[in-house]
Amino acid sequence: MLSRVADSVFWMARYVERAENVARFIDVNINLTLDLGEELASQWEPLVATSGDDQLFKKKYGAATREKVLKFLTFDLENPNSILSCLTAARENARTARETISSDMWEELNRFYLMVRDAVRAGVCEGDYEFYAQVKRGSHLLIGVTDATMSHGESWNFARMGRLLERADKTSRLVDVKYYILLPNVSYVGHSLDLAQWSAMLRSASALEMYRRSRGRIAPTPVVDFLLLDRDFPRSLRYCVSRAEQALRAITGTPAGSFGNSAEQQLGRLRADLDFTSIGDIISRGMHEFIDDFQTRLNAVDERAYTCFFAAAPELSSQRQEITQ
Amino acid sequence: MRYMENETRFGFDEYVDVEGRARGRSELVMQRIVSLAAGELVRHQRAAEAMLRNLGITFAVYGHDDGAEKVWPFDILPRILEHEEWQSIERGLKQRIRALNLFLDDIYNDCRILKSGVIPSDLIQSAKTFRKCCIGQRPPGGVWCHVTGTDLVRDRDGAFYVLEDNLRCPSGVSYVLENREVMKRTFPQVFGGMQVCSVEDYPERLLAALQSCAPAGCGDPTVVVLTPGSYNSAYFEHSFLAQKMGVELVQGSDLVVSDGYVKMRTTRGLRRVDVIYRRIDDDFLDPSIFQSDSLLGVPGLMSVYSAGRVTLANAPATGIADDKAVYAYVPKIIKYYLGEEAILPNVPTYVCHEPKECQYVLDHLAELVVKPVNESGGYGILMGPQASKAELEKQGDLIRKNPRNFIAQPMLTLSTAPTLIDDSLQARHIDLRPFVLTGANDIYVLPGGLTRVALKHGSMIVNSSQGGGSKDTWVVRNGQPRIERRAEQVDTAAASLSNGGSARC
Repeated sequence: MLSRVADSVFWMARYVERAENVARFIDVNINLTLDLGEELASQWEPLVATSGDDQLFKKKYGAATREKVLKFLTFDLENPNSILSCLTAARENARTARETISSDMWEELNRFYLMVRDAVRAGVCEGDYEFYAQVKRGSHLLIGVTDATMSHGESWNFARMGRLLERADKTSRLVDVKYYILLPNVSYVGHSLDLAQWSAMLRSASALEMYRRSRGRIAPTPVVDFLLLDRDFPRSLRYCVSRAEQALRAITGTPAGSFGNSAEQQLGRLRADLDFTSIGDIISRGMHEFIDDFQTRLNAVDERAYTCFFAAAPELSSQRQEITQ
Repeated sequence: MRYMENETRFGFDEYVDVEGRARGRSELVMQRIVSLAAGELVRHQRAAEAMLRNLGITFAVYGHDDGAEKVWPFDILPRILEHEEWQSIERGLKQRIRALNLFLDDIYNDCRILKSGVIPSDLIQSAKTFRKCCIGQRPPGGVWCHVTGTDLVRDRDGAFYVLEDNLRCPSGVSYVLENREVMKRTFPQVFGGMQVCSVEDYPERLLAALQSCAPAGCGDPTVVVLTPGSYNSAYFEHSFLAQKMGVELVQGSDLVVSDGYVKMRTTRGLRRVDVIYRRIDDDFLDPSIFQSDSLLGVPGLMSVYSAGRVTLANAPATGIADDKAVYAYVPKIIKYYLGEEAILPNVPTYVCHEPKECQYVLDHLAELVVKPVNESGGYGILMGPQASKAELEKQGDLIRKNPRNFIAQPMLTLSTAPTLIDDSLQARHIDLRPFVLTGANDIYVLPGGLTRVALKHGSMIVNSSQGGGSKDTWVVRNGQPRIERRAEQVDTAAASLSNGGSARC
């Protein structure tokens, strides 16, 4: 397939996944503040931190309030990672790859984009639960339509890889921020506030029920273990990285246990490390250090994928899409 | 819901004759629409609009603020053409394209028609669209105009006239297919008992035509669609056609000339391209030959083309036959190459390049429509009867300064068709753009074509960029069972193009 189109498909999937994650974080945070009352206004600042755009936010809005944060993350077109910005970018990427994706996918994504845009125009109040639920559904619907109507070949695998790398990045940010906030409160373990926060962290990744079924009661170590290293949960780092690696191998045809280019080498190493790391190793090394390292390596995979597959169209180097936020 | 009762008539109406009787097959459609409950038709119209919006069927309007894309405007009432009437149009179009292809082949090679004096040599030489770099060229498969979108209008007398040939990069066919799709999904009842010719075949036919014209020796030719990019006004159509044909949609930057061939940059390296259905103008094709500052094209493309190693569809340099002054000679061109009278008449045209005709035009400016010879999309046109004195004077100066650049035609009254305006049916002016595909072995005419409608009362400007809408266009067969007979749409006479020998001179 055309390098330019591969790049577009990869980013289309990535932006949709990004929008979904922003919606998840907001949704859970609204829910949490309702449970805990307004004393927890401070919860809005970490939300911006999770999105990774805290500097831009501070510059534009100053102190974090519910209203400002929601506006920034939902509709602000100056924030390249707001839900509206993500969907605009996803649709633009789909438009330039429209002949490659199925008509059903295009229609679904277009409807999705129009829904968000119309919500902006109709002035849907930021913080409307139903709106964020719709964003999540829109993303899930698109993933389903993609799986059901697009040949599971090269193009589909680029989309899958984009989605999974994005998801791994977002889950790691979620854990990083929440863990950092919750960790100083070791003495509070078992306190109701703490429990609510830990379960909110799981719910942000739609992981609460799945966690309960496999680990039972909520405690810090098993929660982070689940979100980072669970083999089967579709939003854990380990799952995302291992499936992204599968997608990459499907594209290149390189057998497992070897690599054909530097993107495969980077991703293969990262996958192997996650396979053979325990949560004990991570905690003794330091959670933040682990996640920092993980994100650096994820960025390296992006860099390599870009060089190996997308950069064949040299003009893209000037209009390269945003990998890190 | 009523139509054409106590209304002033503007020319020929497609649905209702002067006595107020429904014409042919439109009667059934009218009956169905009249019998709808109040508000029903509007509901269907809204459903169609919602569908177009959700499907992202758009076109771009340059300089428009509210997002670059506008949803394609569509009117729920179909335009109906009787099959018998259509057959004559189809024959006329095939004849015209056959002759124009022979003409192009001739003026870039033997110049017989110029030597014989049928067309003045200087008219051709002075055309901006005459490409010296294409002299001596014979495109693969012998075809110059693979895709044509001829503009037809029906005047007061009810006869169809050719208004423009559009031999370069005619657009609109995707909307023909989508209009039908929208119509079928949102207003299915109106099809009942009607045998409407399908338009579904087009992408298949287009691919076949393009493949048939691949350079010699390509076993399984790779076809691509070349677009200027997603900000072009017809981008939707480019992606639509690439998708429906299952071929890559490339931009200039995706292509590169290497080892004497055109290749595209893929995730697995460079891959050879054999046929380029290009939707960018000649001027932008190859910056090393034409506009050197263009970023849209592919440096070196023309040299590969000249070497016969890639097919460009349409071939470069077809614009000369699109020149409106050359247009005036098409009936003579048909006569010269085919020995036949033109089946589809031209609109009477005064060529300002001819001193006598120019004088006539200058004397009668206020009655005529003046057009620059080399524009499309309705740009630069002066409507004499509606122009102010100052505008007429300015136009007169322009003509005197550069007579070669203008032609003039009498003011036509386009036919009308019922159109849903707010919640009533009103007569609005329409035109018709049928699409013709020329392959190495046959010519195919898509049944119907694009009907554009001027949504403003009394207006004849149908361009979508200027407030025009569109209608699904039906070619309706007689009451026999619905069997699509492919052979009927194939015209083997086009084969004369590829061997070039059977043309009569």
